[in-house]
Amino acid sequence: MRSRVAVGILLALLAVAPVLAPEYWITLGSYIGLYSLVVLGICLLTGIAGQVSFGQAAFVGLGAYATAWLSTAHGLSPWLGLLAGFAVTGVFALVLGLVTTRLSGHYLPLSTIAWGIALYYLFGNLEFLGGFTGLSGIPTLSLLGFELKDTRAYYYLIWVCVFAALVLIQFLLASRMGRAIRALRGGVVMAESFGVNTRLLKVQVFVFAAIVAALSGWLYAHMQRFVNPTPFGLHVGMEYLFMAVVGGAGYVWGALLGAALITVAKQLLQILLPDLLGASAQYEIVLFGIAMVLVLHRARDGIWAWVAPRVQHWTRPPVTPTAPPPPTHLRAPVAGPLLEVSAVRKAFGGLVAVNDVSFEVRSGEIVGLIGPNGAGKSTTFNLITGLLDLTAGDVRFRGQRLAGLPPQRVARLGVSRTFQHVKLLPAMSVLDNVAIGAHLRSDAGFLRCLFHLERAQERRLVAEAARQIERVGLGPEMLLPAGSLPLGKQRVVEVARALAADPVLLLLDEPAAGLRYKEKQDLAALLAKLRSEGMTILLVEHDMDFVMGLTDRLVVLDFGVKLAEGLPEEIQRNPQVLEAYLGGVA
Amino acid sequence: MDFQIATLLAQDGLTNGAIYALMALALVLVFSVTRVVFIPQGEFLAFGALTLATLQTETVPGTIWLLLVFGAVAFLIDAAVAVIRRRPRALLPAALWNLALPAAITGLAVWLAPLELPLPARIALTFLLVVPLGPLLYRIVYQPIAEAPVLVLLIVSFAVHLALSGIGLVLFGAEGSRTPAFSEATLEIGFLPLPGQSLWVYGGSVLLAGALYVFFGRTLFGKALRATAVNRAGAKLSGIRTAFAGKTCFFLAALIGVASGVLIGPLTTIYYDTGFLVGLKGFVGAIIGALASYPIAVAGALFVGLLESFASFYASAYKEVIVFTLIIPVLLWLSLRTHHDEEEE
Repeated sequence: MRSRVAVGILLALLAVAPVLAPEYWITLGSYIGLYSLVVLGICLLTGIAGQVSFGQAAFVGLGAYATAWLSTAHGLSPWLGLLAGFAVTGVFALVLGLVTTRLSGHYLPLSTIAWGIALYYLFGNLEFLGGFTGLSGIPTLSLLGFELKDTRAYYYLIWVCVFAALVLIQFLLASRMGRAIRALRGGVVMAESFGVNTRLLKVQVFVFAAIVAALSGWLYAHMQRFVNPTPFGLHVGMEYLFMAVVGGAGYVWGALLGAALITVAKQLLQILLPDLLGASAQYEIVLFGIAMVLVLHRARDGIWAWVAPRVQHWTRPPVTPTAPPPPTHLRAPVAGPLLEVSAVRKAFGGLVAVNDVSFEVRSGEIVGLIGPNGAGKSTTFNLITGLLDLTAGDVRFRGQRLAGLPPQRVARLGVSRTFQHVKLLPAMSVLDNVAIGAHLRSDAGFLRCLFHLERAQERRLVAEAARQIERVGLGPEMLLPAGSLPLGKQRVVEVARALAADPVLLLLDEPAAGLRYKEKQDLAALLAKLRSEGMTILLVEHDMDFVMGLTDRLVVLDFGVKLAEGLPEEIQRNPQVLEAYLGGVA
Repeated sequence: MDFQIATLLAQDGLTNGAIYALMALALVLVFSVTRVVFIPQGEFLAFGALTLATLQTETVPGTIWLLLVFGAVAFLIDAAVAVIRRRPRALLPAALWNLALPAAITGLAVWLAPLELPLPARIALTFLLVVPLGPLLYRIVYQPIAEAPVLVLLIVSFAVHLALSGIGLVLFGAEGSRTPAFSEATLEIGFLPLPGQSLWVYGGSVLLAGALYVFFGRTLFGKALRATAVNRAGAKLSGIRTAFAGKTCFFLAALIGVASGVLIGPLTTIYYDTGFLVGLKGFVGAIIGALASYPIAVAGALFVGLLESFASFYASAYKEVIVFTLIIPVLLWLSLRTHHDEEEE
């Protein structure tokens, strides 16, 4: 509970400060709050979802100008100004997000740079926004008939907003969407395979961060009661990013820490530097630039990364074992094979990696896909699950065409997989990793997760993840970071994650690699048990003992071509297969 | 608008566009070899033009301090590495490159600056003073984090831009400068006057673009540089020294930057922060070429120059808005062309 004590002390300090501190420090506190809001958005966007924006200051500007213009030129209520600010910011962020979501990661920051400049000049040149002189005479805010004119009252308003944003972000991060957001950084392929619409999610996170920035702008406009383009320029956008990086972009508390540190440091520098160096030149900007380079060289995860292990106890909601399982797939019996792979072909330029391969998998059987390295086994998997586009041929699952469907649609139909190169999020617990598998078994969207209205569903997802972890025998490791497990066990975590999706067809890419003998036996027993419960499994494996004892049928690939198909004992005697594997010695 | 105004605008746009094209070339070059999105590219343009302008007043430019400090810092890093790795023999070349060379250049500048020199000599001195900053910058800032993700390198680049533009203000002051034209001659084609300086800009751009094309397309060393970008580990295993590749690349980028500054100096007043916007306009051009294609980047940058020129005629207050908003349709177009999500890092 130490973390709760720390938060309590912080809240108490923030609440008491205005009574004790002089006006100057309260104003500084208000600014720290305003910056914290923006930086909170950046932490979610950059530190957690892995997207970079230099243009958050421009979004602050949209929020500020929207309310400034509506309340001065049209005499409308600041609350309407807030809504208008949200709407305008939302639309702009949506457009920027949509045009960059399919491109590599550096296009979003580049577009936010261009955007930050364009918006700065737009603010400065639109006559109705007062040009570079800006707009003045913005009214104060009134809340429940109480006018927030006083510096202290406004300070409280700002910090209430900061903590509201902080709590909402914590809710979001502890939900199914939160797990998916964490997967955006380095786990896009995996997340897609479990039904996460990563492109949409990226845009949602970007829009959310922009809206939080707009809230900060709205508060700023009614606090200053004056706006001009300067605080919304590109360099300020960089400063926000700097706050996030220094504080620790991967942590929400890092946002508050970074905003406070940089704001205070800047104040001190502005007081001290002219005395020290005699001139009012931009020494502080030089120092900032150098400090930023040093931080990124030496402490890329920020200060909070150093604080976190000392203060924090991750108090994740405990597993509720009594929670009913989340909804399952309908398993209406199908006529004919469950999976039909017909003459699939994949060419990478001139190289044909999979060459007209056909096979079937029937309900309730375990089929092994074997072959030497480079035979095209994993490529075949990727063709079935939609990670790669077919060059030619057809894949049908329960009679429905899979060709052309993106991975998240294939996942939705009940196909679930593991990866040859383990794709776990190493910093997240085994439990959270496995819960990503159950992503599609809840329909709680971004907003419901943000306001934590999915408690019941979330409990069921987590309980289900815990059940699958127990089932594969990793109960004791449930709360450890997935990256701390040995590779063999990480593979088993992948199996649990695939099971959490409640698959109809399970695709396992070398699940036994790196396991010890006993662990292999356990895994084989588990897979046999799954089969007896009606699960259908297609697996790629190199360990012949494992495959021979377990599978009902084998398909052999070599150089992208199907070499043979049949019962394990037939394959064992097949001269062509022996030739491919052993070079014809036998 | 009549035809004459249109041709004048086009000529103006192409001149600026040629400079943007040089920026774009340098950006593509740096990105494709080191994966660094080099935001401070424009600072080299400003430093080049302002150093030359200072030399024109027969004073020693403040650039010498930057050169000496960069050299000293780079030497300290190299020396620390040499000590940690117990390779004392590396100290001598480090001292030569990082201490002796900047000191020699500084000495030359202090000696030559007050003399009445012809313009080409001053230009040569400008190159000597500013271009070494490129490889030194790579050594100090980028080489220690060469393996970092693109996004980290991008944030670092922005920080470097902040620091350099602040330093620019300290070294050169807030006033802008203009350097004398290479030639006052004006070429008349029909009714269209082509100022000699514009011809220099066109010629210089075409020459540099051609040289880069030959270097990367035709020489083994150029191909080795490209290999570094594709696969650092693989390049290392094939015997390519990636640190040297990075330094070479930043040397070329600084060279292009200074050349652009020297070329554009007589055409427009350069302030310490002019380079940033010029560099970013080069970026818009480079993005049209997806930060990968040299010819498309050049064409894109020329288009940006033309767009800006015509925009300043129709809506001069909004010319920056129009130029930078261009990035939205460009990204949309790139996005539609991309079939699959680009690979995550």
